[in-house]
Amino acid sequence: MSTNTHAARADDHHHDGGHAHGTFSSYMFGFVLSVVLTAIPFWLVMSGTLPSKQVTALVIMAFAVVQIVVHMIYFLHMNTTSENGWSMMALIFTIVMVVIALSGSLWVMSHLNSNMMPIHQMSGMK
Amino acid sequence: MSPDLLKLIFGRLGFESLPLHEPIVVGTFVAVALGGAVLLGGLTYFRLWGYLWREWFTTVDHKRIGIMYMILGIVMLLRGFADALMMRGQQMLAFGGSEGYLNAHHYDQVFTAHGVIMIFFVAMPLVTGLMNYVVPLQIGARDVSFPFLNNFSFWMTVGGAVLVMASLFIGEFARTGWLAYPPLSNIGYSPDVGVDYYIWALQVAGVGTTLSGINLICTIVKLRCPGMTMMKMPVFTWTSLCTNVLIVASFPVLTVVLALLSLDRYVGTNFFTNDFGGSPMMYVNLIWIWGHPEVYILVLPAFGIFSEVTSTFSGKRLFGYTSMVYATVVITILSYLVWLHHFFTMGSGASVNSFFGITTMIISIPTGAKMFNWLFTMYRGRIRYELPMMWTIAFMLTFVIGGMTGVLLAVPPADFVLHNSLFLIAHFHNVIIGGVVFGAFAGINYWFPKAFGFKLDPFWGKMSFWFWVTGFYLAFMPLYVLGLMGVTRRLRVFDDPSLQIWFVIAAIGAVFVFIGILSMLMQFAVSFLKREQLKDVTGDPWDARTLEWATSSPPPDYNFAFTPVVHDNDAWWDMKRRGYQRPLTGFRPIHMPSSTGTGIILAGLATAMGFGLIWYIWWLAALSFIAMLAVGIGHTFNYHRDFDIPAEDVIRTEDARTKLLAGAK
Repeated sequence: MSTNTHAARADDHHHDGGHAHGTFSSYMFGFVLSVVLTAIPFWLVMSGTLPSKQVTALVIMAFAVVQIVVHMIYFLHMNTTSENGWSMMALIFTIVMVVIALSGSLWVMSHLNSNMMPIHQMSGMK
Repeated sequence: MSPDLLKLIFGRLGFESLPLHEPIVVGTFVAVALGGAVLLGGLTYFRLWGYLWREWFTTVDHKRIGIMYMILGIVMLLRGFADALMMRGQQMLAFGGSEGYLNAHHYDQVFTAHGVIMIFFVAMPLVTGLMNYVVPLQIGARDVSFPFLNNFSFWMTVGGAVLVMASLFIGEFARTGWLAYPPLSNIGYSPDVGVDYYIWALQVAGVGTTLSGINLICTIVKLRCPGMTMMKMPVFTWTSLCTNVLIVASFPVLTVVLALLSLDRYVGTNFFTNDFGGSPMMYVNLIWIWGHPEVYILVLPAFGIFSEVTSTFSGKRLFGYTSMVYATVVITILSYLVWLHHFFTMGSGASVNSFFGITTMIISIPTGAKMFNWLFTMYRGRIRYELPMMWTIAFMLTFVIGGMTGVLLAVPPADFVLHNSLFLIAHFHNVIIGGVVFGAFAGINYWFPKAFGFKLDPFWGKMSFWFWVTGFYLAFMPLYVLGLMGVTRRLRVFDDPSLQIWFVIAAIGAVFVFIGILSMLMQFAVSFLKREQLKDVTGDPWDARTLEWATSSPPPDYNFAFTPVVHDNDAWWDMKRRGYQRPLTGFRPIHMPSSTGTGIILAGLATAMGFGLIWYIWWLAALSFIAMLAVGIGHTFNYHRDFDIPAEDVIRTEDARTKLLAGAK
């Protein structure tokens, strides 16, 4: 699409430039996977199989990450070639930014918490 | 009427909301009302409403939207600068038992409004306006990727500005400082409408900013003309790309933080309160995750402008193009790793502070590399001291000082002494005025002939330049001194009479800057009157190097009759070298997007919704929200989105240019 000479097209109804389209079976596979990945955490919470709440929370977080990946591959058709690699680059950049913001905030806030917060309020932070 | 009914209809809004007890505000209101009446009357008398609506308000042309952004930025500059003058006047007078002329309630609004307006509604529109105008031309495109979205983004920015301006006359603005830190900005300490004005003005404008960021990224990635690989893009386009990546990555953080703050204020959650597990520190942490990239959002395009100007007016290819691009990308990433330096003193401890102190110092390395690239571009060049180049040199001198005080503040122990002092105020004005504002002025003087077909008058331009530059140094160098002596920011009255002289000098500096601003307005007026003398018929008045100068000034609606093909970094310079001949035949119809009023209507409804939410007029908020959905869905059924400019029109436009060029020789 970079060679598109009709630069100012207001209508972008032609998708000839590197969009990947899924098949019925790939959509179904993604759907079943995401249902399973939702059902397991649900079951974990409802049945209380794991010994502590913290472990359960961590396991659920892990499932959430897998869920995100499933969505991106099967529904958003993320791969290394679509849009000449721009999609993958944007994804990597996004992940870098999110990791920086989240891990940085956790680090900073935990320091602030231990240095600045009165003890009796700490239980409320959790 | 019963009080309940009144409350249902008007929410918190009543006659007592009008600031009739503030003579300064009343005076301003009278002046604004009279001026507004003259303007509206004039527009009606000269029957300009139809023209404005058809050709400007509903336009999807990136060039006109860019110009409207610039007008918004300059109008808001006058408002923001009026606040600055008031603060300088207050601080100059409030000595020796004098209370000055602003009461605390008013003064606190003034410094908050000054910061908010200057960043969101002056610097952002000026930068976005230049990117909007120049980027599609530099990459040889006919418009941005999503022309309607562009129009909508602009009007959302205007909507935010309208809300801030409305707060001056209806109710009041926040008294919290420009980032509205809780717990002060929580409902318990700021129960009035000020912070709500702040929240909704920024939310409405933020939608516009984010969407325009997406739009410009897409434009740069998708619409480059054949031959223009990433490493052949002009530097301004590169810095614009990085800026818009930063916008898209950081503005959602601002949106979420403000949304959480509004939940605290409206429905009683406790994200940022002192009690029930809330943490005001989390607000400070999150808002600076947006806030630090924001300063690079502003300054990166300015760096791009300086790169274009330096190489054009030195008559040389930019020194170290590749290093310039990599420096920009590195700054983009690093700008996400330094946010804590805005709150070293909040108490994170030594390891956290050292990490962020060091990353902050590292950022000065790519910035310094850029500085040397500009210097080496000038080295042995034939430098022409035209206005854009003058602003660039003023930038290089000023910005280096601001950068060095920045590195000084990046040292955590030094920051513990200097934080929240006037030293900090001097530092960030030093980089924002010296970098962003001078950059915008360099850009305005550089691209004005492209946009309007005549150059800006050099005499008044030089007046503006010298008053701005000397005014800047007079206004802010005393603040460095005061900051080193320990004077903190946002003070309204002072006890120590020995400090007064520095505030008097700063106030004189502010007056100088004021004369500089007036000279700039004069420059526009004089240039318009002398437009025949200053006319640019060639389309390339500066003997410049990039593609935007390959087309006429002002460019036709379609920018380029034929999409250019690029073989070199300095595409237009290369075309001139190789004896490029303009094609004179073979014109074909050109496919273009159509104008639409949907953008301005949607933004108007969003503004009304913001107003309803600010004043608790729930029916208005709900109604405008539903109306927005209806208009938005309605617009999807609008099938008149594009048209073709007939070949005859293209031929007529191009023939007119051929005649003009022949006359110039």
